[in-house]
Amino acid sequence: FFNKKKNKKAPMKDLKMEEESSGVEKLEPGTTFPPTFSVSEIKNKQRRHQMFMKLKQEKRKQKMQLKKKRRKEREALGDKAPPKEVPKTIENQRVFDETTVDPEDEEIAFDEGTDEFSAYFNGLTNPKVLITTSDRPRGRVVKFCEQLATVIPNAHVYYRRGLALKRIIPQCIARDFTYLIVINQDRQTPNGLVLCHLPDGPTAHFKVSSVRLQKELKRRGKAPTEHSPEVILNNFSTRLGHTIGRLFAALFPQNPQFVGRQVATFHNQRDFIFFRFHRYIFKNEKKVGIQELGPRFTLKLRSLQKGTFDSKYGEFEWVLKRHEMDACRRKFQL
Amino acid sequence: ICFLQVIWDIIGNKQFCSFKVKTKSQNFCRNEYSITGVCNRSSCPLANSQYATIREEKGQCFLYMKEIERAAFPARMWEKVRKLSKNYEKALEQIDENLIYWPRFLRHKCKQRFTKITQYLIRMRKLVLKRQRKLVPLSRKVESREKRKEEKALIAAQLDNAIEKELLERLKQGTYGDIYNFPVYAFDKALEQQDAESESDAEEEEEEDDEDVGQREFVAEDEVEESDLSDFEDMNKLKTSSDEEEQDESSEEEEEEEVQASRSKGKSPANGSLVRKKRAYVEIEYEQETESASRRRTT
Repeated sequence: FFNKKKNKKAPMKDLKMEEESSGVEKLEPGTTFPPTFSVSEIKNKQRRHQMFMKLKQEKRKQKMQLKKKRRKEREALGDKAPPKEVPKTIENQRVFDETTVDPEDEEIAFDEGTDEFSAYFNGLTNPKVLITTSDRPRGRVVKFCEQLATVIPNAHVYYRRGLALKRIIPQCIARDFTYLIVINQDRQTPNGLVLCHLPDGPTAHFKVSSVRLQKELKRRGKAPTEHSPEVILNNFSTRLGHTIGRLFAALFPQNPQFVGRQVATFHNQRDFIFFRFHRYIFKNEKKVGIQELGPRFTLKLRSLQKGTFDSKYGEFEWVLKRHEMDACRRKFQL
Repeated sequence: ICFLQVIWDIIGNKQFCSFKVKTKSQNFCRNEYSITGVCNRSSCPLANSQYATIREEKGQCFLYMKEIERAAFPARMWEKVRKLSKNYEKALEQIDENLIYWPRFLRHKCKQRFTKITQYLIRMRKLVLKRQRKLVPLSRKVESREKRKEEKALIAAQLDNAIEKELLERLKQGTYGDIYNFPVYAFDKALEQQDAESESDAEEEEEEDDEDVGQREFVAEDEVEESDLSDFEDMNKLKTSSDEEEQDESSEEEEEEEVQASRSKGKSPANGSLVRKKRAYVEIEYEQETESASRRRTT
């Protein structure tokens, strides 16, 4: 088949002839290529494809040989073998963020003692949450709001009758609410969340994705009870992450009721915050079983603003700038 | 005038009028100077030589008038009068004064049209003040990229494991206080055993097994006769016994520890352990049952 091709192209230029012949010679042992030859220079697609496949096979073979050799060495050494190498993951390779919080950093501890959440963490205020939507909520958004209200103790859902947020906020403050949650919708599913800590606290705007309502969960338990759940915050390591973590923590009452055995988890992984709500049971001191109740959703932080909600004149502490921040795969903000 | 009648005959009924839009029930006139949008003999701008309309540009209304005298000059046919007053009533008076001596139909229709136009202008101004819905364009590439990243992050997160680990941590640190009464001694023993295992070599474990082989049955019988008190009392009794039995004890302890360790590793399912030969598991079974009973009480 190769020979036929060669004969057909015989009357072509010399350069081509060389390439063809070298291509043919590859089948024979002990052939060499001109050093600047690469597979991509062959014009014929089928030939090129075949050459490439061969190249790949070669590479794979070499890799397998290397692997075998290494395994033999490891077995030969037995116990004295060097420890297995840890595979590289994105978490391992994460670009070091200079704003990572050191647990013993005094400055940060001082900051956190005097920021807007200090009132909550010192036990002075009890969280009271107002959940609302954008205009004319439809379908899943309504159900989502209701389920959120069951998950968060002391939460009230109010229908938004086209009121401007800037007018709602003073009213909320007057009635002692500590939190305002606005859920944005797009085609009957929630896709945005604005979380505003009320007495002039920070406002965080999130993108909401993959919402699963309680009905849609598999193997779920019964409805969440009125007990205040515990809160688990995972992987919030930078300064920004810390503020967001405290934002979430202040949603729930300070003293969880362990009788209820419910736990709400905010897990940050690669800048996505996964929210889950479970009921747990300790089977023995080494095993715990969890059962998912409650909705689940993922959040991605889009902006964090210093004061209460004010998109025009507010002072933005952090805004997601896609070009800068998404460029590196190993760099994360939270 | 009869030529108008001829025009109407042609465009109205028999032949083609390019401004006419036919629908099932009605004919509409798309001419921009038409005062009502309907195709009628009296409201056709082409077939009436004396005609007036109100048209609106950028929030301002103008009165356009067409007169017979100018029918020959199409460029000058329509006379534009600017509505100077924003005041609704004054504007109506202006219409009246301009269309004085004109047929009642046109005057009436002009005023109606003017009313409608002002109403919709008012509504437009009101809507602008209210909150506007801002449409943000999504970039498909970015969205799909984010979605994929989210899936990978979810897999990397291993949420269930993380949550379970965290809960166990909290249990160990005692944040739950006295609610869960796992026997602390057994727990510590399990911890110790884990440490001991990590230190010992494989060879030593094999030796232990050899030792135990001969003595297993003997030891097991003793333990079965004990009451359903928790393990530690048995262990105490055995420990405080004389030094002659030290070796047996130690081997027994090791065996117990092994048993507990292998149980605490979580490999043995709760009830499956019954099937196993060592009857030491029986007591552990008891504990679990009481635990589950207590749990049922609290839920």
